[in-house]
Amino acid sequence: MGSTSSTLSKIPNAEELSQETGFTSAHLARLFERFEALDKDKKGYLSPQDFEAIKELALNPICDRIIGAFFSSGQEMLDFSSFVRILAHFRPIDNNRPKEPNSPDPINSRINKLKFAFQLYDQDKDGKISRNELLQVLRAMLEKQVTEEQLESIADRTIQEADLDRDDAISFEEFRKSLEKVNIDHKMSIRFLR
Amino acid sequence: PGRQSGSLRAPNPGKQTLLWLVEVVKPFSLLLFLFLVFHFSQRFTTVVPESCVLIILGLVLGGIVLIANKKQLYQLDPGLFFLFLLPTIVGDAGYFMPARFCLYGAKMAGVIDDNVEAGLMEFLLFGALISAVDPVAVLAVFEEVHVNEMLFIIVFGESLLNDAVTVVLYKVYISFVEVGPGNVLTADYFKGVASFLIVSIGGTLVGLIFAVILAFITRFTKKVRIIEPLFVFLLVYLAYLTAELFSLSAILSMTFCGIGCNKYVEANISQKSRTTVKYTMKTLASIAETIIFIFLGISAVDKSKWAWDTGLVSCTLIFIFVFRAMGVVGQTWILNKFRLIPLEKIDQVVMSYGGLRGAVAFALVVLLDGEQVKAKDYFVATTIVVVFFTVMFQGLTIKPLVKWLKVPRSTNRKPTINEEIHERAFDHILAAVEDIAGLSGYHHWRDKWEQFDKNYLSKLLMRKSVYCKSELWEAYQKINIRDAISVIDQGGNILTSARLSLPSMASRTSFPEVTNVTNYLRENGSGVCLDLQVIDTNPGAKVEEETETHHFLAGNLYKPRRRYQSPYSRHFMTLGDQERQDREVFQRNMRNRLESFKSTHYKRHKKDRSQKKARSHHRLSHLRLLLTPRVKPTKSQLKGELSEPEKDEDVGITFVARKAAETPKERPKSVPAALEVCQSPSVAPPSPTCGEKNLPWKEGIGALPPCVSVEATKIIPIDLQQAWNQSISSLESLASPPVPQEPQHPRVSALHRLSVPPRPPVPPPPSRAKFQFPAWKDEEEEGTLSQQHREMQPLMPSLRPPPPPPPPSSAQSSGKRRNPCVYLRSLVTTPPSGSMPHSRGPTQL
Repeated sequence: MGSTSSTLSKIPNAEELSQETGFTSAHLARLFERFEALDKDKKGYLSPQDFEAIKELALNPICDRIIGAFFSSGQEMLDFSSFVRILAHFRPIDNNRPKEPNSPDPINSRINKLKFAFQLYDQDKDGKISRNELLQVLRAMLEKQVTEEQLESIADRTIQEADLDRDDAISFEEFRKSLEKVNIDHKMSIRFLR
Repeated sequence: PGRQSGSLRAPNPGKQTLLWLVEVVKPFSLLLFLFLVFHFSQRFTTVVPESCVLIILGLVLGGIVLIANKKQLYQLDPGLFFLFLLPTIVGDAGYFMPARFCLYGAKMAGVIDDNVEAGLMEFLLFGALISAVDPVAVLAVFEEVHVNEMLFIIVFGESLLNDAVTVVLYKVYISFVEVGPGNVLTADYFKGVASFLIVSIGGTLVGLIFAVILAFITRFTKKVRIIEPLFVFLLVYLAYLTAELFSLSAILSMTFCGIGCNKYVEANISQKSRTTVKYTMKTLASIAETIIFIFLGISAVDKSKWAWDTGLVSCTLIFIFVFRAMGVVGQTWILNKFRLIPLEKIDQVVMSYGGLRGAVAFALVVLLDGEQVKAKDYFVATTIVVVFFTVMFQGLTIKPLVKWLKVPRSTNRKPTINEEIHERAFDHILAAVEDIAGLSGYHHWRDKWEQFDKNYLSKLLMRKSVYCKSELWEAYQKINIRDAISVIDQGGNILTSARLSLPSMASRTSFPEVTNVTNYLRENGSGVCLDLQVIDTNPGAKVEEETETHHFLAGNLYKPRRRYQSPYSRHFMTLGDQERQDREVFQRNMRNRLESFKSTHYKRHKKDRSQKKARSHHRLSHLRLLLTPRVKPTKSQLKGELSEPEKDEDVGITFVARKAAETPKERPKSVPAALEVCQSPSVAPPSPTCGEKNLPWKEGIGALPPCVSVEATKIIPIDLQQAWNQSISSLESLASPPVPQEPQHPRVSALHRLSVPPRPPVPPPPSRAKFQFPAWKDEEEEGTLSQQHREMQPLMPSLRPPPPPPPPSSAQSSGKRRNPCVYLRSLVTTPPSGSMPHSRGPTQL
């Protein structure tokens, strides 16, 4: 495909990126187009404002969290490779891909998917979801449907349920355990178009 | 089975008697077998699917009738089948289909594996009807196999769609056959395809329209709860009939009606109606299924109806198998290109193996016109064989096959609140990521749909009150109730120790250091709580022994009175239009739990009563206070309150509730004297037996710790509130005599008594009065009372924002404090209702 290869040529170190993230070059080309479309001022990177400009995203109750997750390193710029790396979390886990024993966990592994979700809750990055952090997310997701008390009792209950070491917070380990029976691959994957 | 009239004209008297016997025996045997099958289904149907048993039963029955009469009397009547039996089953399945997955089912559209056998139109016709996977058979077998949800939906969805296909093809071919093969033009084939589209899409549309109508109607049935289930049944059935009327796919119509309306109707109708709908549908469906399979068996015996042709039969069987497999493999291959999670080989095997033919095919083949289709008899025979083969052989073997292939089974596990929350978050995340990545995938569209649903559909179709409710909150409550019930079930056995562990929690055997409920409650304040965890103390051996004695006494000594009471309260409940039974079971269990809790908790021997009195009474009064739901008493309730007899438990104990407003004169005369003596301290000095009531575990009856916070009551819908009141009332006044003239909220009355101000002035407006302090009238107990008063004060502010006595200390903050135990809150906010399974029912004596 002519367009694919021409786009690919614009992507810096496309090869490695493809290796690392598991995206095919067609995927990468498509994502690069998207990246450029989001990057309105042709800065070469994305800023949080670029994300906020996405109409559909604005409707999402936890959009600020998600945008925050893209800029988790604290800087205001997101270049294409980081963009792709983050999106790679949501690639379905592929079973038939040969596993290289020495390679680290692929980005889209179960644990990494969970980590991504976990950091959305854990805003202060202390490795724990505190009651307050949980409450904030709940509040965002439930909007005005429930009262504050209800929210609190849900949060309490949630923490109580997951909290194994009784420190009133959910650590990542506890988070993982509480979702042990959930098919994360199923729930945290999207089908990237070619 | 209404065609028995001719049966009495049997040739000879002996036969006639036999026949008559069969006539009589039939319904009974049906019943018996229904019973047997369902009763033993646990053990038996692990090996043999129910449908097989039923067909065999049908064969036996048919054989008997045939021997008796030489002629088959009963047959699966297509009219009966299509009008009554099929809809019930499909309706049930459609209504309870997990709507989220219906997308997958729809994706399977058009899995038609026509095994066109010959060029002849008649064979085409036969191929059309025999190739259809039968929803009934699929349901019957797959439900028992418990394959995972997705697989089930794919196969079932396919069978539903096949109905459309079958009906269309059947009609098309019938018309072709009528016209004659030579006269069929190519345009007619296109017409056939077009009509297939019309039939399926039209059926779906009809279903959706009826779904909207139904949801809209139920929005306005608040005043007439009784007819709610009726509406559901009628409209779903109407969807079926309407579609049938326009020769659209009735099954599709019904399924989509069920799927479409489920969400809104469930939200609109009352809990009772929900249960009614659920059980009636399931019952009807299982009856219809049973009848279908039995009739299938019976009809097969009739030799006059069919003619055997080995070649045709074996060819059909082979073709069915091969084509099905080919169809499945080919189509999943296409489908997998679009699916996130591809269908595995194993799934494909199950899918092709699960192609069961059933009564639909049979009914259609019987419907064939023998004049037009000369080979009808052969077709009938082949159909029967195919149906039997697929249902019996495949049905029998599919279970081992599924096990052997290790197909992921469906789990009946209910999601925990964590999963509930996180999955919701995942959905949002995925939708957002799709937006960011510029894809409009499944989540994108689902989000769009949810927006639309929230903004328009729900507003239109749901009641205001329900519309505002949050699903997550509901889920939370459900989980809580489930926990509470299982806790009660676990601990319902009185003699077990007070150990608890909640199933949904990670193993946690005891709750740390909460030994004093009072302190605990005070600490947590209105955060509400009483948590079953609190009960989870570790009693010493001696205490435990003591507890057992107490329970033994408690359980036995007061039986008569309880028994006397329960019918009364049941009646009482019916007045209030509330579900009584479950609540009663719950209360009793709860009471037992709490009794045991208390007796272990206070660690006192029953003999040192006086000591006990002084101490336990404080705690109890706290509990009691917390217990009181903040409900604004109405005028009538106010009155009722006055007439309510005293609680029996506080004879020797200064109890808050007793202090105020003793109105012995108003006590109903109907109360048996003996009871009155026991229960009303103001009327008579406590009789010797009354002393027993002072035992702490006796008081426990009244002082159920779950405390309702203001907010908890706020959020309960009115009817639930009422229910709560009543349940609490019976909890509290368990041993109190019946009060006929006070039908509602006795609990409120107790509450209100608390609120009667000590000083003469007129009772303050209810809202203000709610948590005022009770009047302390009892001079002799003045000392303890004031102490009690003091002790209670810290609690008050958190209970009610403007406290009559200013809060002494830090209690204000308690409301917001983290409260690890919220279980009982759920009990409080949603009284267990009819849908809850209760394994243990002390009430059902």
